[in-house]
Amino acid sequence: MSETPLWASESFWKKMAVWVTAGSFLILVILTFDTLKQTSAGGERVPAYSVINKKIDYQFDEELNKFMPVIGGEELLFGKVFSEEEAEQLVTLGKKTTQAKNCMNCHTLLGNGAYYAPDLTKAWLDQGWLTVDLREEQMLKFLMDPEKNARTFGTGRKMPNLDITEAEAKGVVAFLKWMSSIDTNGFPYNFTTIYAEDD
Amino acid sequence: MSANIETVKPSLQDRLKTFHDWAGVDDSTLNDGQKLAVKYFMGAVILFIFQILFGLLAAAQFIAPGFLYDILDFSVNRMVHINAMILWMLYGFIGCTYWLLEDESGTEIAGLKFGIIGFWVLSAAIAVVVLVYLLVQTGAGNDTTLWLINEGREYIEAPRWADIGIVVVMLIFFYNVVMTFSKGKWSGISGVLTLDLVALAGLYVAGMFYMTNITHEQFWWWWVIHLWVEATWEVLVGVIMAWSLMTILGVSRKIVTTWLYIEVALMFGSGILGLGHHYFWIGTPEYWLTIGGFFSALEPIPLVAMVVHAVYDSGERGFKNMNHPAMAWLIAHAFGNFFGAGVWGFMHTLPQINLYTHGTQWSASHGHLAFFGAYATINIAFFYIAIQHWRGNVWMGAGSQNDWRWKWALALLNIGVLGMTIALLIAGYEQSFLERAIGGSTWYGYFAAQTHPSFISSMNWRMFFGWVTAAGLGLLVWDLLTIGKGETRKAEVIIRSE
Repeated sequence: MSETPLWASESFWKKMAVWVTAGSFLILVILTFDTLKQTSAGGERVPAYSVINKKIDYQFDEELNKFMPVIGGEELLFGKVFSEEEAEQLVTLGKKTTQAKNCMNCHTLLGNGAYYAPDLTKAWLDQGWLTVDLREEQMLKFLMDPEKNARTFGTGRKMPNLDITEAEAKGVVAFLKWMSSIDTNGFPYNFTTIYAEDD
Repeated sequence: MSANIETVKPSLQDRLKTFHDWAGVDDSTLNDGQKLAVKYFMGAVILFIFQILFGLLAAAQFIAPGFLYDILDFSVNRMVHINAMILWMLYGFIGCTYWLLEDESGTEIAGLKFGIIGFWVLSAAIAVVVLVYLLVQTGAGNDTTLWLINEGREYIEAPRWADIGIVVVMLIFFYNVVMTFSKGKWSGISGVLTLDLVALAGLYVAGMFYMTNITHEQFWWWWVIHLWVEATWEVLVGVIMAWSLMTILGVSRKIVTTWLYIEVALMFGSGILGLGHHYFWIGTPEYWLTIGGFFSALEPIPLVAMVVHAVYDSGERGFKNMNHPAMAWLIAHAFGNFFGAGVWGFMHTLPQINLYTHGTQWSASHGHLAFFGAYATINIAFFYIAIQHWRGNVWMGAGSQNDWRWKWALALLNIGVLGMTIALLIAGYEQSFLERAIGGSTWYGYFAAQTHPSFISSMNWRMFFGWVTAAGLGLLVWDLLTIGKGETRKAEVIIRSE
């Protein structure tokens, strides 16, 4: 056994295992710091929560050759200007509601979750809400009583009634509006927004 | 040993003893670590049954959406389906570790009392969590819900109180492992195992915080999910594989240890930064497209190494081994891991295709084959190793009684899962094409894909193969309850190479 070449020896691979693992983990930690910094709310990739006061669209960017969120001028949510603090409070209520109601085990958020119901990444911008003017009210009505306002599109799949209060529903709408402003590297691709008809 | 059991009169006062007698098992053939291990294995099998049961309910709702509507909605069934899966596999892994602990360390288990308490605490906590999932289901959008009912994060939905309980039990488990090896002797296998358990337990903590910023939340969430199933769990099954090949096939310690180090280097070398394939579309910077794409494309390599290792060593010994069902499941593991985790993962891992496949049934297809191929198989192999000893180290080689049962269970489970995988893959192709590439990923595009005939027939086939899987599981449970019962021959003695 003394003639085992170095590359096939136990001690060589033991060292390799240690160094490769430690090296990879170190790189991951460094990248994690950078990523968290680049994606904190209020940065370029993940806008501040007060973005809910603005018009958000999602369009193909010729120069970057991918779909990008487009933040426009004022377009108030529930006819109110939210301060940064108020916006964060509302989005937080919405986010907690999406967790408390287990949304992710039917829907996907940023493409992650279950596949029984549509993706919510750009739900705020979906043409399913018919017109920009009707959107807010339709979303609230749907969230608070999805059974009566069912939108099954021929599948027979109805969202169950989850006892979402009006305040929670408003939070969820704010959360969805904020989420649609995140730069997701062009996912989903080829999405036509509710504003497309206006152009 | 089993010959004696025939003559023992079952005592009606002692339920446990009655069960042992009925099942033909004998605790005196096990060491203390193994006695604890079989508790975990029984828990694992019960949770496995739950996984399949709720999988069937969820699959049925794709076909008949009105089924159990407002009683057990899809979200509840699906949550129990995936949580039971994660838990039974974790139970299996913990069981495997307790099983090999005394043999590998050459000494008695340290802190056994705490280990036993840990088992009952964990099992009671899981029972409460599941009851709350089923009966309470959801709560108001506040911290109380996240602490007491449901955290609403796929795979780690367990409420925060249970998270803390899980960490405590993991610490006890970890204490048992480290103290036993420290008391006895360390080896390459136990070294890798211990360091891997540190990482496994530590990573769980990354998933215990609430964050409003969904990009940050999903970033840390993937630290838990990915670094568990695509890194630390893979290394854990490498350890179990190494120990199993040494035990039932007689491969030399030097060879399995060297292979284990190779696997760790390749697995962590590709899997840790392969985490980046979950950071393509959640708001994280563009460099993850390159890093995630490159490293996750390398992830199949260690799985090829594991296939070569298992098949070469078995072939070299002419497949002569002391436990045929376990060996068959180990080979199923080697290939299942390679195809399910490796090939199916690779197929959609590059960002250029993942832009269209992300969040479709394609992921479900990969998930089914990977979790089964990589983790269900090796746990089942270990159940057979355990039951062989528990029945008194009986013969489980060629020509054992009723060996059609384990063979058919193996066939039905593999055919069932493979059938579901293919059905879901077809649905995934169709979704990627119709909903994503053509339909513009809108809700209209989503529903157009969901109502397409090829999607609907895929869901029907998935249901059918779900029943095949359930039949396989039924047969597997029956086989585990009976295999080797009344067998008088002792297991074949396998001499381990130097």
